[in-house]
Amino acid sequence: MLQALELRKDFGGLTVLQPTSVDFLPGEVHALMGENGAGKSTLMKILAGLYQPDGGQIKWRNQVVTFRSPHDALTAGIAMIHQELMPIPHLTVAENITLGAEPTGTLGFIDRKAQLVRAATLLAELDSDINPARLMHTLTVAQTQVVEIAKALGRQADVVLMDEPTAALSDLEVAALFRAITRLKARGVAVVYTTHKMDEVFQLADRITVLRDGTYIGTHLARDLSPPKLIEMMVGRELSDVFPARGQASQDVILEVKGLSREPAYRNISFKLHRGEILALSGLMGAGRTEIVSALYGLQPTFEGEIWIRGQLSWIRSPADAIAAGIGMVTEDRKGLGLIPAQSVQQNITLSSLHKLSLGPLLDHAREKKEASAQISQFAVRTSGPQQPIHQLSGGNQQKSLIARCLLHDPDIIILDEPTRGIDIGAKAEIYAIIQKLAQAGKAVLLVSSELLEVLSLAHRIMVIRQGDLAAELDATKTDQVTLLHHAMPL
Amino acid sequence: MIALDRNLLHRFGLLLIIFLIGIALSLATESFATLSNLTNVARQVSINGILAVGVTFVLLTAGVDLSLGSVVALSGVACATFAQTGEHFVLIPISVGLLVGTACGLTNGLFVTIAGIPPFIVTLGMMTVARGLALIFSGGRPVANISVNLTDFAGDIGGVPIPLLCFAAVATLAWFFLRHFKLGRHIYAIGGNEQAARAAGISVNKVKLLSYALCGLLAGLAGVVLTARTTTGQPNAGVAYELDAIAAVVIGGTSLAGGIGTITGTLLGVLLIGEINNGLDLMGVSSYFQAVIKGVIIVGAVWLDRRQSRS
Repeated sequence: MLQALELRKDFGGLTVLQPTSVDFLPGEVHALMGENGAGKSTLMKILAGLYQPDGGQIKWRNQVVTFRSPHDALTAGIAMIHQELMPIPHLTVAENITLGAEPTGTLGFIDRKAQLVRAATLLAELDSDINPARLMHTLTVAQTQVVEIAKALGRQADVVLMDEPTAALSDLEVAALFRAITRLKARGVAVVYTTHKMDEVFQLADRITVLRDGTYIGTHLARDLSPPKLIEMMVGRELSDVFPARGQASQDVILEVKGLSREPAYRNISFKLHRGEILALSGLMGAGRTEIVSALYGLQPTFEGEIWIRGQLSWIRSPADAIAAGIGMVTEDRKGLGLIPAQSVQQNITLSSLHKLSLGPLLDHAREKKEASAQISQFAVRTSGPQQPIHQLSGGNQQKSLIARCLLHDPDIIILDEPTRGIDIGAKAEIYAIIQKLAQAGKAVLLVSSELLEVLSLAHRIMVIRQGDLAAELDATKTDQVTLLHHAMPL
Repeated sequence: MIALDRNLLHRFGLLLIIFLIGIALSLATESFATLSNLTNVARQVSINGILAVGVTFVLLTAGVDLSLGSVVALSGVACATFAQTGEHFVLIPISVGLLVGTACGLTNGLFVTIAGIPPFIVTLGMMTVARGLALIFSGGRPVANISVNLTDFAGDIGGVPIPLLCFAAVATLAWFFLRHFKLGRHIYAIGGNEQAARAAGISVNKVKLLSYALCGLLAGLAGVVLTARTTTGQPNAGVAYELDAIAAVVIGGTSLAGGIGTITGTLLGVLLIGEINNGLDLMGVSSYFQAVIKGVIIVGAVWLDRRQSRS
């Protein structure tokens, strides 16, 4: 139905997409996979009319077409749902769905009743029970996405392009989105989408196209691929190179948590963490994992339960307390709780350690620069220099800078909350190597991750959190994905 | 590197504008380029300069202080009350003025941090409260009969006006503080991303409290200087002073969203506004027109700057 023929795109002399040919069929879910910068988004944006190709053609229903703008593509029946959604918050769901194509009555007034009916019909087709009279800003991210899909449907779209639609969703919300996608498929719509999540691709996609460094690698039926095989195609190397070998954990308890509770997020959480150990917190998104580690770091302090560090009862009421007690954390919310975007890489790295890089109240600029440069080279942060503004770095390099910030104040207990979310596999492999090195150096690592492969390949022990309860504690070397999921699913 | 270059460009551009307007004014009027007029300009910009430096701290944390003008009046009245003729120890009225200013700033800071009320609202409240207190304490009349000890504070040392020396000292200290102190870096970090700064172990409330207190302290200093210069404590003084101060800071490249800005930029902003005020006076432009022209220049300068930094 939609064909990309030898499409090519250059940006300032750099070819970001080598000639690529893919065809998209009605009624199929087609996943575009690849690291960041592989060219997936570029390909999508050409198909949606946002970019003009520098070579090749688009064939639509066997005719060569040129889309000069997203409007052209939309008129032809190709709709794109962006990573950052753009709803109008203070209008109703129905008004958003029919935006630009409002049903009008006599005198050209908007027919509100018809508008509501039309929106309800479209939503029902997606198996959704969102009330079309609700205001847009009261919806969750997943519901907003469903509304955007309904909007695309209302425009008679035959192809829906989605750029990382599940990046910000909880698992229950993902399920709702998947139902909507399945309905689209049943209507004969071609769905093209990108994601960084392995589990999802195999649940949803019929065919998978892999891109690497702007080059087309291949298109396969999803059932002919396995996660390790797919990763190898994306990275271009063996899986054993991605996950380094584990070291030996000691018996020396550094952190003990007793009966930690904060209703309704989690309750009665108790565990021990040893030096040299990587302990993973697994579970569905929204199960309470982030809330538990946020309590340990003082971001969301709780009064119920005890935290013992090196055999001493500790009061952690703020991140400053946690850092003083030897705890460091890299939060899952890189933008919201991590980066100071206007500041340099150096200033971001040293932010938590200024007390060590000062003489009294005065900053020691020379030492600051030396320490930051050392961290930059140790973690292979790719930057033009320590003074480069951090917002210019790629996601993976920003993440490595934040890990450097956390490690520079030399914590013994390191909490990593989704340390590899939204970054490409090359950078992931580097972060895995850092984590193993930390454990081998006698640090204790508490790892929160939604990627099962990551949890199973990195950790010594796995604690599964289910709806705020500690559901199971497993030896990572003696369990598998099915067992983990079994414990994680709500009863 | 790019941010640095843009900063230089910005400062160079402002400097150029100040220079060009200066040349134009010396050609257009006979009196602009005279020593006595320039000394006068220096005296006039000192108060706005001291206020602008103070409010730079607050703006850098992504806050704002609208109470500056009223706090200037209140601390001026307080200072004048303790400086009646016959009392000789000049440090007392000065300290009282500074203390009153600091107390207002601290109060602002406490409501912003602990009560979590938006700075716009808190300082808007302080704006009317401080003005009201100034009127109450003075009985609505200017506090006169001030001893020479204090009015000497507006005089010269070796031909250099003392207010200008105060301004220079304040600016130098502030520059040094923001650049070389751990706390200065914390101020930038909080303005850049408050939640991230907290997660990085910074005591956000303490640092913000300090910023508002410093801003209040400098408003107190401005009140003392104004009282010494006008030889009275005027409860109606300082109206809309906060606007000139904030305008100077923003023209100097400080972001109202916080986290970006320098004292050097603020200095240039202060100079530009002072130059414009003086130039319009010398050219005999009526004060009604002056207000309009100044407003247009402020918005235009910031608009040009934003366009430049986007391209």
